Amino acid sequence: MNDGTSPAGTPAADPDLLYSADEEALRAAVRSLFADRGAPATVLAGLESASAHDAGLWRALATDIGAAGLLVPEKLGGAGASAREAAVVLEEAGRCVAPVPYLTSAVIAVTALLGCDRGREEVAAPLAALAGGGSVGVLAVPWTTAPGGASEGAVRAGADGTLTGRVTSVADAAGAALLLVPVRGPDGPALYAVEAAADGVRTGSVTPLDLTRPLGHLTFDGARGTLLASGERARTAVDGALLAGAGLLASEQLGVAEWCLAETVRYTAERTQFGRPVGSFQALKHRMAALWLEVASARAAARNAADALATDSPDAPLAVAVAQAYCAPVAVRAAQECVQLHGGIGMTWEHPAHLFLKRAKSDELALGSPGRHREALAGLVALDAP
Amino acid sequence: MTDAEDLRRRTAELLAAHPPAATQRLDFLRARFDAGLAWVHFPEGLGGLDAPRSLQAVVDAELAAAGAPDNDPGRIGIGLGMAAPTLLRFGTDEQKRRLLRPLWTGEEVWCQLFSEPGAGSDLAALATRAVRDGGDEAGSGGDWIIDGQKVWTSSAHLARWAILIARTDPGLPKHRGISYFICDMTDPGVEVRPLRQITGEAEFNEVFLTGVRIPDSRRLGAVGEGWKVAQTTLMNERVAIGGSRIPREGGMIGVAAADWRARPELRTHDLHQRLLTLWVEAEAARLTGERLRQQLSQGQPGPEGSGMKLAFARLAQEISGWEVEFLAEDGLTYDDWTMRRPDGVDFTGREAGYRYLRAKGNSIEGGTSEVLLNIVAERVLGLPPEPRTDKDVAWKDLPR
Ligand SMILES: Cc1cc2nc3c(=O)[nH]c(=O)nc-3n(C[C@H](O)[C@H](O)[C@H](O)COP(=O)(O)OP(=O)(O)OC[C@H]3O[C@@H](n4cnc5c(N)ncnc54)[C@H](O)[C@@H]3O)c2cc1C
Repeated sequence: MNDGTSPAGTPAADPDLLYSADEEALRAAVRSLFADRGAPATVLAGLESASAHDAGLWRALATDIGAAGLLVPEKLGGAGASAREAAVVLEEAGRCVAPVPYLTSAVIAVTALLGCDRGREEVAAPLAALAGGGSVGVLAVPWTTAPGGASEGAVRAGADGTLTGRVTSVADAAGAALLLVPVRGPDGPALYAVEAAADGVRTGSVTPLDLTRPLGHLTFDGARGTLLASGERARTAVDGALLAGAGLLASEQLGVAEWCLAETVRYTAERTQFGRPVGSFQALKHRMAALWLEVASARAAARNAADALATDSPDAPLAVAVAQAYCAPVAVRAAQECVQLHGGIGMTWEHPAHLFLKRAKSDELALGSPGRHREALAGLVALDAP
Repeated sequence: MTDAEDLRRRTAELLAAHPPAATQRLDFLRARFDAGLAWVHFPEGLGGLDAPRSLQAVVDAELAAAGAPDNDPGRIGIGLGMAAPTLLRFGTDEQKRRLLRPLWTGEEVWCQLFSEPGAGSDLAALATRAVRDGGDEAGSGGDWIIDGQKVWTSSAHLARWAILIARTDPGLPKHRGISYFICDMTDPGVEVRPLRQITGEAEFNEVFLTGVRIPDSRRLGAVGEGWKVAQTTLMNERVAIGGSRIPREGGMIGVAAADWRARPELRTHDLHQRLLTLWVEAEAARLTGERLRQQLSQGQPGPEGSGMKLAFARLAQEISGWEVEFLAEDGLTYDDWTMRRPDGVDFTGREAGYRYLRAKGNSIEGGTSEVLLNIVAERVLGLPPEPRTDKDVAWKDLPR
């Protein structure tokens, strides 16, 4: 709203939509790690093991490469990078549906902690632990929660600091040691830290549609927590975390879509029917070309959101809403096309296409559906509902 | 190296020497060209300063702020978008010096004599003939005699010059026997007839070429190499159509959004959902164009360019269709069916019905969306090409 004529306005500074040389170097490191240890076939093989997360892969990504601390300032134990770098990690993670809690722990939980008073030891200590990758933390909200949607915390805090209530469908809850719990306290909203192993905390697992991102129901029954923030501070910390999560989820969706398109092009150029590669039939070529255009646009939208978050731009809520409303359906369409254009093999368990479809569809619901983000947008650009 | 600072200084000097308020429009435009501030990435002496293309925005912003006249790209789009880059790449020094300045100032309008009744998407199938009269052994000099018919020619009725492709050797396969010329539209034998279109107006024309004489000095590129030259024109055409820089909520979506805000009584939930979806898509397309420009200015052109025209066409059609529907009873009416001969296309100056109808051309002009999807699939994604039966057959032996 800065030019006075159009309520949508124009962002103050031009966003940088490209990748820097440092970002490309980070990408190369992450991509080679995933190529070695997180290829879709490996992910597939690990799915039915006891732990949904690949602990070795997570350690290599989080600690050896140092990706878990990208968003954390150096003096608090992190790498002092920004959402732009985290977005690159998520693009690569999306390209192989990596079973690691990067988005939940290193982006959302870390951003929630960064929104609290970092000078306090109760905040700085867990932040350093998450940044180092030695510990996994999650924000205890349903995975469908959109930015701004966590105000009605399902958990209550008593005057004595004990928590009671139940939160359903929390992503990556099973592998998390630290739970960041938005609550309704006696004096309004607050954010608590609770050890997952503490008395009075139960984590029940659910069978998720997306096998690579486990979901858990959390039950708090008089569990003892540490108060991290209260009132407006708590509310903005949680909102900021969800906004960053939704904005960077777009980069994961971009990665998912990219893999699906590239793999479909590769397969259809090889697979022969009627004496021709099926990828030479125009009906298929046009579908892939149309998808390519959507992926190219998804990249621009996701980059715009990452840059807005990185620069703490006032444009960030709008950029995130656009990125989510645009990228989520593109990832779903790409994954659906991938299954369809692979024919029968696309329906098999042994082909990784289904991993991408399940991730894409779950991601569409995650952190606010496209419809919710369009609603948010309506408010931001003064296109009011009837 | 010319940088932004330098350009600001030069722009200030231009404005000081030719204050817009006290200068004739044409005089100002000529002075701007001579100062190298017309298109800064062009060579010195030809309206530019050999500066990075991205810096044009600096000049444009300063001049707009000072109320300087613009050179009306709506009317001279073909010259600016297609003829100029082709001339720059393939023209002789003399051609460039003679033609680029009046092209840029708008004194001379250009049109594009490419499409024919029998050759649209398959442009290389064209039948207009160019036969040599005179010239030396080495194959230069003399005149070319042109006979044939072109169609859908936008702006031919306003044009002083045309870029023209014609067949110089029917004995070669279709892509190899074509040459590229500059045609003087005032020459004898050039006849322009209006062709009325879907909107009621006649923006384009049929052009009949009967014994038109073009001196060999107005050929671009070697004899028989016209298809290669035409590729430059067509590539630039797609960028020109899909690639203009617009602010957020600029262009067609801005008109639709303004309608929505102005007419609360017409709102429905379904239209709201669709408007928001289109708004998001328009913003994503705008950002994609922005990303393309950032890549270009860093010297790393991406393939996004091929997609921009596709996105632009689809959005223009969907948004204008939405707008007509939103306007309800007003959508049933049309502003004016008079057969007019417009100077250019003005999307935002007319009504929704006009926008809706004119936008239908966006997926046809400059290469249809089907043909562009083929290009993306083959050149960007590397998918196998369409089977071709006509590639190595002499043009004269092709079935027609
Ligand atoms: C508003 C407007 C302005 C124009 N201005 C100019 C101008 O100034 N100068 C000029 O030279 N031309 C101009 N054109 C012509 C334009 O470039 C052609 O109309 C266009 O290239 C399509 O050719 P066509 O009309 O012969 O259609 P056709 O080639 O006959 O196509 C008919 C249909 O078949 C489809 N098709 C054709 N080939 C294929 C294929 N290989 N695969 C899949 N589908 C295919 C097309 O997409 C289309 O849907 C203009 C057109 C319009 C609409």
